Amino acid sequence: MALDKNGIAKRIAKEVQDGYYVNLGIGIPTLVANYVRDDIEVEFQSENGVLGMGPFPFDGEEDADIINAGKQTITTLPGASFFDSAMSFSMIRGQHVHLTILGAMEVAENGDIANWKIPGRMVKGMGGAMDLVASAENIIVAMMHTNKAGESKLLKRCSLPLTGVGCVKKIVTNLAVLEVTDSGFKLLERAPDVSVEDIQKATEGTLIVEGDIPEMKL
Amino acid sequence: MINKQVSGVQEAIAGVSDNMTCMFGGFGLSGIPENAIAALVKSGVTGLTCISNNAGVDDFGLGLLLHQHQIKKMVSSYVGENDEFERQMLSGELDVELIPQGTLAERCRAAQAGFPAVYTPAGYGTEVAEGKETREFDGKMYVLEHAFKADFAFVKAWKGDAAGNLIFKGTARNFNPNMCGAAKITVAEVEELVQVGELDPNQIHIPGIFVQRIFQGEKYEKRIEQRTVRKRE
Repeated sequence: MALDKNGIAKRIAKEVQDGYYVNLGIGIPTLVANYVRDDIEVEFQSENGVLGMGPFPFDGEEDADIINAGKQTITTLPGASFFDSAMSFSMIRGQHVHLTILGAMEVAENGDIANWKIPGRMVKGMGGAMDLVASAENIIVAMMHTNKAGESKLLKRCSLPLTGVGCVKKIVTNLAVLEVTDSGFKLLERAPDVSVEDIQKATEGTLIVEGDIPEMKL
Repeated sequence: MINKQVSGVQEAIAGVSDNMTCMFGGFGLSGIPENAIAALVKSGVTGLTCISNNAGVDDFGLGLLLHQHQIKKMVSSYVGENDEFERQMLSGELDVELIPQGTLAERCRAAQAGFPAVYTPAGYGTEVAEGKETREFDGKMYVLEHAFKADFAFVKAWKGDAAGNLIFKGTARNFNPNMCGAAKITVAEVEELVQVGELDPNQIHIPGIFVQRIFQGEKYEKRIEQRTVRKRE
């Protein structure tokens, strides 16, 4: 059975390791924080200027001066810090943040990503996405394998305006875990009860299948 | 002590005239110079180019200046959540330049720090880099981004003193420190203007040298854009 958004987040959470500083994008990536093992130490960075984000505040304790990049009210955990925007992107551009998890509209088999603009529609802007994808060494894309029209989002080449070139390393979708390699999308894991054929059908780009593909362990 | 204190918001915005380029601190509605924006709306100044991460919402922040058609161009990284903005952008009344958030911060910081331009990897290979110089360093490609040139920078801090020293609070800090000294005149408004000597020099985020005018804002609404809370167990 294909995963839901929480399932995708749960699988990505297994990629988060002890001692990691992690930047989570809006949407499915935000859910990852709910599933990180509690026996490891991880700090979440939000690019508007906080490291060590905690859960949402209790009703009545929200503070207009403490928000995340989605403009939601948040809390901080012991050891947290605040900083300005230039320093925030120094953490990102300088590769001090270990892992970036973000959503995408399209990913190409060469690692290109498109997630900020659809021609003909109102463009809201890229926010910090271009800085994040251009700099992070370890980028995981969290997304559905196909769009609402049922078309593949894993393509030979992106059709939408790019956010970054050759930057995506790993993709976790509702159907599969894939690695971007020099020769295409290498299938690493299948979602429970999803067949390699199902994944092949939903993938427009080159899919590399080597040997038996294990099912995801969630 | 060189005194930067002005009598109030009117004196603080003196000299802002039509077609100038102004920076505004803030991320979303957090840490925006509410009092300066309100005074600029009243002043009727028009044709402004605004450098700000966001463009406010329909009835608050820079949205107020947009509503009065006082902005000619916005330079931002993200401009959602604003219907009037969308209308003016689609009708061609408003010119919009979208740039990556980190590039926006660094173009401010470059102006503050005396660098004419900086190389960043952000946007390489995308439409953001079109027409710009690119260069390879150690096998990776970078885009040359120029320092901003602005007439005024309007910033908001939590505490400050007449010497122009500033301390920010929480994530309301955001772009504010990067814009101090990045324009010809930096105007800082603070929630609390304290006696000179009261701020611990060890705790000051922005030294007064980067600030030309400072005043205590009359009131702060500090609106929350996405109130998100959890239930008590």
